[in-house]
Amino acid sequence: MNELQFLTWVRGTGLNVAVGVFLLGVFWRLIEIYGLGRKKDLSAPRHVAGASGWHTIFRRSIPAQGMLKKSPVGYIGGFAFHIGLAIVVLLFAPHIKLIQSLTGLSWPGLPSQFIDLVAVVTLAAMVVVLADRINKPVKRFLSTFEDWFTWAVTFLPLLTGWLSVRHLLFPYSTMLALHILSVEILLIVLPFTKLFHAFTVFGSRWYNGAVNGHKGVAV
Amino acid sequence: MQGPLIEILARQGITRRTFMKYCATLASLMALPPSAGRAMAEAMAAAGVATKRPSVIWLPFQECTGCTESITRSHSPTLESLIFDVVSLDYQETLMAAAGHQAEEALHNAMKAGGYLLIVDGSIPLGLDGAYSCIAGRSNLELLKEAASGAAAIVAMGSCAAFGGLPHAKPNPTGAVSVSDVVKDKPIVNIPGCPPIPVVITGVLAHFLTFGSLPELDKHGRPKAFYGETIHDRCYRRPFYDQGKFAKTFDDEGARNGWCLFELGCKGPVTYNACATVKWNGGTSWPVESGHGCLGCSEPDFWDAGGFYKALSTPANPLKMASAAVAAGAVAGVAVSFANRGKKRAAASAHETTTLADLEK
Repeated sequence: MNELQFLTWVRGTGLNVAVGVFLLGVFWRLIEIYGLGRKKDLSAPRHVAGASGWHTIFRRSIPAQGMLKKSPVGYIGGFAFHIGLAIVVLLFAPHIKLIQSLTGLSWPGLPSQFIDLVAVVTLAAMVVVLADRINKPVKRFLSTFEDWFTWAVTFLPLLTGWLSVRHLLFPYSTMLALHILSVEILLIVLPFTKLFHAFTVFGSRWYNGAVNGHKGVAV
Repeated sequence: MQGPLIEILARQGITRRTFMKYCATLASLMALPPSAGRAMAEAMAAAGVATKRPSVIWLPFQECTGCTESITRSHSPTLESLIFDVVSLDYQETLMAAAGHQAEEALHNAMKAGGYLLIVDGSIPLGLDGAYSCIAGRSNLELLKEAASGAAAIVAMGSCAAFGGLPHAKPNPTGAVSVSDVVKDKPIVNIPGCPPIPVVITGVLAHFLTFGSLPELDKHGRPKAFYGETIHDRCYRRPFYDQGKFAKTFDDEGARNGWCLFELGCKGPVTYNACATVKWNGGTSWPVESGHGCLGCSEPDFWDAGGFYKALSTPANPLKMASAAVAAGAVAGVAVSFANRGKKRAAASAHETTTLADLEK
């Protein structure tokens, strides 16, 4: 397989399969989760200020009192890499062009140099978060294969993307092919691992908040 | 340097100096040391006086004669074609005067002698026992095996002979394969391109004549001297790529300013060939210079590389399976939901209420 054949495969068959598995997995999991149903709550709802689904969605995005000091790496690193990922994925001009070619939707992007900086910060944040997970005995104890694996499949698209933009390591087209391949792995893995939180995080927060709100507990 | 070739050239108005310059150019194109130019000139001049000129057999299979067109329409005056004055082109259907039995006889005589250079253009169909392409009632496969057995070396001319080319494109109805898929025990040099550059063809022939061997090849059997770098790395429009200046359509401002054609589907970054340096039609121009992106014609399977006008960085057709995948996902989700509900109901119905009597047991 030469460069052209590799690139042709990743942007052809490989991507078709990855997108197919991704869509299949997402619909499967979402329908399964929302199809579980809940028991009817027969108790009378209690009303307490700040106890609702919407409140919880927002509140759990900010660290609880004192927690930022206790676990600064977790919070700052986590925020940095989540926001960084969102910026790189959604506001990098070539990505917007890709989305436009698929859906017709487009929006203004940020300058490439800024995206480059964000990518480096995000990569660094991910490395720091990983180091923290390895160094803290409790975090290490709680980590399973899935944690290390999902970290890797998230890190690789970012790294290969940055390398291909910077024309490092391999010729651009090879690096681009590796970047697309790593995204394909991410797409295939996402619906079936903890990475599915990308779809469920706000739904589950709302649900927990709503249930707690019904009981009159602001958490 | 003297010899019949020099005299022939002189009669055609080509001085010895021009000939030497040509050989030096060939040598430098192939990244050979400067002394190789003189060696080439001497070998070619000597070939003219030798009692027996090296025999060349050119077999056409599933092809369009574009490769022959390319070599015959090389630079004017046809300096390259003069190389054929120093080899004995014993069989070439398009160029030979002989036909029918005479042509077959010439072929058989040349093959009997052995040690010839075999040039093949076109792919070899394996479907229907090779019935898709026959010459004198014999399949291409049979002809190739027979001709290859006595050949000193084989030149697979053009992308069809080198990689299967257009006939090999999906769904490959004739079962077309390349020369190297059939012949395993002979040195093969691939000169892909649709068609290949004339000077690349003559350069390889000159190398074979001079050194009696094939030039250094890459992993696809292509001479490194000509296929060592990508079109993109040698493209005169490369600075625009580096500046991010791209033509978006074939008639916009960018196209008129000669900006990079990457977004219009140029395959230059993944195509190894010498077009950007050697150019075509006597160095007049080449595809990118004339405003069209590279098609990647010297790479395997370039016909199926996701569209000529789609940028290399854009997906070919990622939503191809999308609706089927969504439907399958929905069906799986609903099925699993029903299974889950069934499990819940079964658990509920199996549930036994604990009574006071149970606790007092």
